[in-house]
Amino acid sequence: MNGTFKPLAAAVLLALPGWAGAEPPADLIRAYAAAAREASPGFAGFSAQRGQAWFAATHGGEWSCASCHTHDPRQTGRHARTGKPIAPLAPAANAERFTWPDKVEKWFRRNCNDVLGRACTVQEKGDVLAYLMGLK
Amino acid sequence: MIRRSYLALAGLLMMASAAGAERFPGGVTDPLYQAECGSCHVAYPPELLPARSWEALLAGLDHHFGVDAGLDGPTLSRLRDLLVHHAGRADPHAGPVRLRITQTRWFQREHQELPRHVWRSPKVGSPANCGACHRGADEGDYDEQRVSLPR
Repeated sequence: MNGTFKPLAAAVLLALPGWAGAEPPADLIRAYAAAAREASPGFAGFSAQRGQAWFAATHGGEWSCASCHTHDPRQTGRHARTGKPIAPLAPAANAERFTWPDKVEKWFRRNCNDVLGRACTVQEKGDVLAYLMGLK
Repeated sequence: MIRRSYLALAGLLMMASAAGAERFPGGVTDPLYQAECGSCHVAYPPELLPARSWEALLAGLDHHFGVDAGLDGPTLSRLRDLLVHHAGRADPHAGPVRLRITQTRWFQREHQELPRHVWRSPKVGSPANCGACHRGADEGDYDEQRVSLPR
């Protein structure tokens, strides 16, 4: 898995101008799309609908994304272990979200390990971002 | 008379040190510590565990109580410096390295009078959720006057 993830992560990094600074979420999803196209020539875009189902699924483990971020990511979430409140994930409710690409990558790395037991593919990341960014 | 003054003074000093022990300003408000260690749980005061506990925790962040809390090398190194610098004194009777603040004798003593239903409250959820009762937890303020038990 690492073998495929690293080039993808590198592609995302290269595709992002000003990686270290704040960027609108639309730039981030464009960079993910570029990385996805490079990873698989048959890439047919991201799907908010697929992202929503993926967000709610437990993927064979104990947790889903919704375990901490709730099934309505416009609401304040709650850490499944510690009970600490988590600010809403949807940009419609929290304008800070997805504006720092390195922060997004860090949390995908951690949370994908927690929920799926592996790194997420760029397709999965793009789908879930499409879902979250599409919430009004 | 003199002896009584001494006793009063000693009493005052003890009260002052006990009250002082409820505030832990060292390190908690550091922006990096808040960002990296204060997202999933309260940024716990470094004073509440000895250096050897922090070292052991930092060595296992990829499997941090069942959650991946892994950090990059430079961030890890900065946080290690911060935590070790402000760490509490090791309890000579502690035995093996303790990773949970709730396992320390200090924590257990401070919370021994708390009714069991408070721990079971859904608003608390876990003893790791300091902020459920300690309103100043984010600033390292655990003064009893700022405690508000959930109803």
